[in-house]
Amino acid sequence: MTETILSRPQLAPGVRLRWDDVRERHVLLYPEGALTLNETAANVLELCDGERTIDDIAHELSSRYDGADVRSDVESLVGAIAGRGLVVDADT
Amino acid sequence: MPTPNPLLLIAELSYRCPLHCPYCSNPLEIGEDRYRDELTTDEWSRVFRESSALGVLQLAFTGGEPLVRKDVEELARVSAESGLYSTLVTAGTPFTPKRARALREAGLDHVQVSIQDSDPLESDRIAGTTSFARKIDAAHLARELGFPLTINVVLHRKNLDRIEAIIALAEDLGARRLELANTQYQGWAVINRAALMPTREQIEEGERAVARARERLGPRMEILWVLPDYYEEFPKPCMGGWGREAMVITPNGDVLPCQAATTIPGLEFDNVRERPLAEIWFESDAFQRFRGTEWMPEPCRSCPFDRQEVDFGGCRCQALQLTGDAVNADPVCHISPHHSLVVEAREAAQSSDPAAPLVYRTTRQLAARN
Repeated sequence: MTETILSRPQLAPGVRLRWDDVRERHVLLYPEGALTLNETAANVLELCDGERTIDDIAHELSSRYDGADVRSDVESLVGAIAGRGLVVDADT
Repeated sequence: MPTPNPLLLIAELSYRCPLHCPYCSNPLEIGEDRYRDELTTDEWSRVFRESSALGVLQLAFTGGEPLVRKDVEELARVSAESGLYSTLVTAGTPFTPKRARALREAGLDHVQVSIQDSDPLESDRIAGTTSFARKIDAAHLARELGFPLTINVVLHRKNLDRIEAIIALAEDLGARRLELANTQYQGWAVINRAALMPTREQIEEGERAVARARERLGPRMEILWVLPDYYEEFPKPCMGGWGREAMVITPNGDVLPCQAATTIPGLEFDNVRERPLAEIWFESDAFQRFRGTEWMPEPCRSCPFDRQEVDFGGCRCQALQLTGDAVNADPVCHISPHHSLVVEAREAAQSSDPAAPLVYRTTRQLAARN
């Protein structure tokens, strides 16, 4: 399992998460780009508020999904989005 | 294949501009009277709301210089209310503290500042006006106000040798993105091709410099490097494919599939003053003409590389400009029967005179220029 460097992830400045009425999907908007998100990814990113830790996010989602262990999924998703510079750490 | 909804609206608010760059992609006809009849604030506002309902997510305010208009703040507010992600593409010189703060408050999302060169005198020389220092101020100001910043540099024979200094400058300015766009030979660049076309060595060295910088910077600063078409093996999907992702609206409200589409004779453009935007996108002649793959002649029709829906036949305007017919395959493609024209232009660049005089962009009537 990859170790995430983010303790309290949040969307990078200038990145916005919104619902797209036309495509009926969440989209992540950023300078000159848009990323269409599936429901799981949107749920994770909505909780990336710079307050919650990865553990908090995983815990919260787990309670929504009947206690399933989602920590590694949350971590890899946040890691992938952070790798594109769209999520950053609130603590740094 | 059903027609997808558009993602991007490029709003050319005005063709007026304090700069005179000789590679400007605006049409040569920017001085014509019809372009002075600019859409009003209310008309643009309606268009932005319609575009959002049509599925547009990204809106670019561009021109010319968009800030020659006094209502960009109001337009940014309407854009934000419509949920659009807005970018201001500016020369930087009119991006004053007062306007920058008002734009921030209005909800503008992102600022892109053009710089012509890392060398101040060369930057001013290409811009045709003293502007470098104010561009640097504009970039700092954007960062201070918390805007994500893109620096945009058009590359050509006269600045490619300073690519490392250009990358370092963008880094110093705190840019999140650096767009290194090699000159596309459209608009004013066509008449300046001999002076602007880089040598193969310059392109190769440029590619290496970009690769080194990407390695060093990672996601800290994204570097976009757009290779000049003439040095590619396959054509680029113009605008992501004709009528697939993007639309351009000229200052007077004509809706185009790409910035240079007005050069294609016989295309009819609808205007937002006369038809709803959705109708124009799905039905207008200009969008339907080269949409999809049905219109393609050989060798595209039976492309041995299965690239019909990868490059969508390339650039129609380039096909027209080099072969005389917009329906032909983009001659950049190495299997185009007209590819030798690209090879000749490339070879001419190796020996062309870098001191060839530049023709500067102007909104004065062309007749007055000659």
